[in-house]
Formats: sequence, C-alpha cells, structure tokens
Amino acid sequence: MKHKTFFWFFLPTGLAMLLFIALPIVSVVIQSVYTPHEQVIIEVENCGPFGCTKATTVDNEATAALREAQPLGRFVGLDLYFNRGHLATQEIAASWSSSASIGEFFSDIFNLPFYRALAFTLTYTFVVTPLLIVLGFVIAVAVNNLSTWLKGPVIFFSLLPMIVTPLVGSLILFWMVDSRGVLGAALQYLANDPGLSLKSSTPLTWIMLMVYGVWSSAPFAFVVFYAGLQTLPQDTLESAMIDGATRWQRIRYVVIPHLMPLVTFVALIQLMDNFRVFEPVVGFKAEAHATTLSWIIFNDLGGETRLLSSAATTSVLTIIGIAILLLPVLVRTWRDFNAKT
Amino acid sequence: MDAAARHRSPALKIFSALFIIIWLVIAAFPFLWTFWGSFKVELDFFSKADWMNALTGPLTVLKAGSPFTGEGYEGAWIQEEFWRAVLNSFLVCFFVVCTSLTIGTLGGYALSRSGFRYTIWLLIIALIFRALPQMTLVSGYLLPFFEWNLWGILPTSIIVLVAINQPFTLWMLHSFFEKIPKDLDEAAMVDGCTRFQAFRHVIIPVMWPGVITTGLFSFLLAYNDFIVTSMLLSKENQTMVPKIASFLGTTQTEGNVMFAVAAVVSATAPLFVLVMFFQRQIVSGLTAGAVKG
Repeated sequence: MKHKTFFWFFLPTGLAMLLFIALPIVSVVIQSVYTPHEQVIIEVENCGPFGCTKATTVDNEATAALREAQPLGRFVGLDLYFNRGHLATQEIAASWSSSASIGEFFSDIFNLPFYRALAFTLTYTFVVTPLLIVLGFVIAVAVNNLSTWLKGPVIFFSLLPMIVTPLVGSLILFWMVDSRGVLGAALQYLANDPGLSLKSSTPLTWIMLMVYGVWSSAPFAFVVFYAGLQTLPQDTLESAMIDGATRWQRIRYVVIPHLMPLVTFVALIQLMDNFRVFEPVVGFKAEAHATTLSWIIFNDLGGETRLLSSAATTSVLTIIGIAILLLPVLVRTWRDFNAKT
Repeated sequence: MDAAARHRSPALKIFSALFIIIWLVIAAFPFLWTFWGSFKVELDFFSKADWMNALTGPLTVLKAGSPFTGEGYEGAWIQEEFWRAVLNSFLVCFFVVCTSLTIGTLGGYALSRSGFRYTIWLLIIALIFRALPQMTLVSGYLLPFFEWNLWGILPTSIIVLVAINQPFTLWMLHSFFEKIPKDLDEAAMVDGCTRFQAFRHVIIPVMWPGVITTGLFSFLLAYNDFIVTSMLLSKENQTMVPKIASFLGTTQTEGNVMFAVAAVVSATAPLFVLVMFFQRQIVSGLTAGAVKG
C-alpha cells in the first residue's frame, strides 16, 4: 500500500486518537504546572471622622478579569508534584527524621492521600492479576473436560461477571455483602459475630474489593485459555501419554507451555485494567478504607471545587506509574513483533 | 485419543464437576438473587431479621398484597425518569458503534495491508494508548471542554468514547483483516480498481463477521462506561450508569435503594440478551485479540 493511500485510510482514526488521547496527555501535563489564580487583594483606605484606617479586601472584578485572561492560572512549575496531596516530599522527610520506628514511618506515609491510593492500587493489581489467571486457567481446564452440550450454558453463565457493567457488578455484590444482605448474614453466622461488617474494616474492605476484582476478570482469562485449549497439539499430548506422563505432568509440561503466550497476553491486559481500578471503590462505597489513583483524580475533578490542577498532577503521576509497570511487557511485545516481521 | 487414554479417575471427575458447580454459583447467583430481590420492598431485600425474607417477602405481602411488587421499577423508571437515561444510553451506544466501526475498519484495513515499518509503531502506540487509565484522559478534557462550551452534551461524550475505543478496535480489526487473503484485493486492483474501490467492492462484503464482533466490544465499552459519561455529561443528559450512581448518592430515604436495584436489573437485562445471542462472537473476539497478543 502506498504511503499516500495509507495516510488517507488511517487519517480519521489517527486524528481521533491524536485529538482525544494524545492531546489530553499534553493538556494534563500543562495543567499540572499551573494552579488557579489567588484572589486579587487590594488595600483600601477608609477615611472617616476618626482618622483613616487601612483595610484589605478582595477585588472580585480584578480576580474575575485575571481568571478570564489566563484560564490556566499561574505558573508554579513542579510545586504541585511535591505538595502534600501528591508526592509530599517535605512530609516524608519530616516523618523520616521524627518517627521512632520504621512502622511509624510507614503509617505516616499511609496517611498521605497519594501514597494511600498508590498502595491499594499496586496491591490490588498484583494480587488480583495472578489470582484471576490461576482461577481462569482452572475453570478453562474443567470446562474443557465437560461434555459438549453442557459447554454452551456453562460458558454463558461464566461470561456474565465480565460482561456486566463494572459499577453494576460491584453494586450487586455490595448489596449482598451488606450486613443485612444474604452474604453479609452468612458471614456473620460463620464468624459467629453478629456485629461483623465488611464495610467498617480496612483489611476486610481490601479483601472484598480484590474478591470482586477476581470475580469480574476471571471469565476473561477463562475464555482466552479455553480457546487456547482448543488448539492444543494432540500429537504432543499423545506422545506424552505414551511416554507414561501422568495427567498432572501433561498439564505441567504440555498444556501450560502451550498457553504461555496467552498468559502473557492476559497479564498485559489485566495489568492495564487493574491499575485503573475505579468503579468498585464507588460501588462498594469503600473510599474511607481503600482509594485508588483513578479515584483520587475523580474526587478532585468532581464536587463543587473542581481541583483541575491537582487532578492533572495525579494524572501525570498515574501515567508515569503505568509506563513503569508496562515497560517490560511493551519491550517484549516489540521484540516479538520484530522477530515476526 | 482413544477411550482408555481419556479415562479419568472418578475422584477427579467428581472434583471437576463440583468445581464447575461452585464456579457457576459464584458467577450466576448474584444476578439471580438481585433479580428476584428487585421485586421486593427494601426491608425484605435488606432484612435485618432473617435473610429468608428476601426470598419469601413477608413485608412485601403486607405492603403490596402479593409477594412481588413493581414499586422499585415504577419509582426508577417513572418517578426518577430512568427511561431518559436509557434513551441517552442507546443513543450514545448507537453512534459510538457506528462511528467507531467506520473509522476503525478503514484504519485497521490500512494497517493490515501496508507492509511498512511504521505500521508496527502505530500499533505499539495504540497499545500504549490502550494502557492509559481513562480517568487521566478525562482530567485532560475538562478544562478545554469548559472553555469551549463543549461540556455536558452527548456528541462530546460520543466522540470521546469513539477515540478511547480506537486502539482496541484497531488491534482487533487489524488481526481480522490479516486473515483475509491479500490476493483478494490485489486481484481487484490488477483488474483496475483503485485501493478504495477494492476495499469497497471486495473487502466490505467479506468483513462482516470481524466487524460484528468488534462492534459488540465497542457497544460493551460504550454501554458500560462510567468514567467518561459521569464526568462529561450534564445531569439532564446522563446515561444509565451515572444515573444509577446518582440514585445512590441522593436517595437515602427508605425504599429508594430499591430504585437503584431495579435500575441495576434493568441495565443488566440487555447485556444478558446480548450474551445469549452473541456468545460465539464474544468468545471468538476475545480469542482473536489473544492470538495476535
């Protein structure tokens, strides 16, 4: 295909991505080094019968005019990145020198909003991703052994947690684990503690969110692995059997190596998706115990005040985070591509 | 394989069957439970006294005269005007799917037919774009959209969703077009067609399976989106998912949680139908992405 033809074919989609994915990144970076104007303060001298007093008032007109003229705000460089709401370098330094033990230091860090969100996001990503891969694999092997007429319905029901809207899925589970819901009641009964509430404990909230994560994403891994199992090389399996390999050995030395490229694929997609985890925090009303990077951006953007600059700063940090997380996988994809072409 | 080789010990068979049953309960039970409970009053669905109340609904009988009541649905659809959100959702989905497929097929076709090195780079860039959390992009949109008065209306959200959807659409359609033999359109071009005519008359008639599958995923993305629609749409233009979220925030009086439950069931129903009819396409679509990995 000629360059010119390619250009015209690719133009619409390229333009869409350029305008609405690439430029917003630029916009976020720019916004993150500006902060809203402070109010313009003027000094007024009030002279009355008892002499003159000086008072400071806010010049609303001038403030509005300034905000109108420079909607981005005033330039502050990297200040926002290091303030308390983000990397909080000063607070960390202070805590480092003042705290008596390493535990105290960490609990100080955990109280800073950005690090709190980062801690949960990373824990969530690295706990949920391997678990859902394992669960998906086991389901795929089990379904593959079913008789043909059962496979259809089983796959149908297995797809549901993945297909359903994330917010809706988390709400459905949230209502069930509510202390008045069926699962909540069952847990209270099992733990023999009528006051047990998943919502009021930080570790239990974390576990609840991660269980939701595995529940909603395992079907994806299942479907991919299930499809992979359909293309298993039967010759290799048979020769393994002739050599006396047990069922477990066949899975370990034939099936798993065959599925390895798919594991990489699922891991890549799920790392991306789990790092942006957001809806469950809203659905489970978990923000008191677990926040994520996406959630703090949302929190800054919403509400009355709309802290756009602060949200932009967190966004830049999040983008840097996902870049670090995916760099090894991207390098690998690139190498695979080169090998193929 | 012969029967002897496939033979499995009974213990393994039982374990495997048991596992599948447990998984099915975990996967499907929450939906059945919520569907059943959506026809109850709140004090039955969230029963302090006995969880069995959600099944039998004694208070629903007291209040409505029968164990089933449509109160939640009535409240959500009529009183809170959920139908408006449903309408908006379907408008958004329709236009997102159409636009996204139109520009996606052109781009995906070009990527699959151009042997130059930049196609690989474009695909890698698309993959990087796919990795960006949508929330970070939304935070980039807000200020310019406020400045240009684009905030709050449906077309803005549609275009944004189309763009966010493009990386995935491109990857998927690219791998589908790779499977269509190159000889097909090249033969047409030898016969004197231009590239676009070859695409129009030769490729379009055979591309539908791939396009339908990709369209399904575009639909799901637009339908399930919460981040873009909740941040970029004004209250009157809200789609279903942000509307459900708004039920939770404002309505804490008794009975109003049931509006949310009813709305959740209403929003899930179309997805059930979709999976029922397009299960094969969804499975093959997920796999097509995987094969190219």
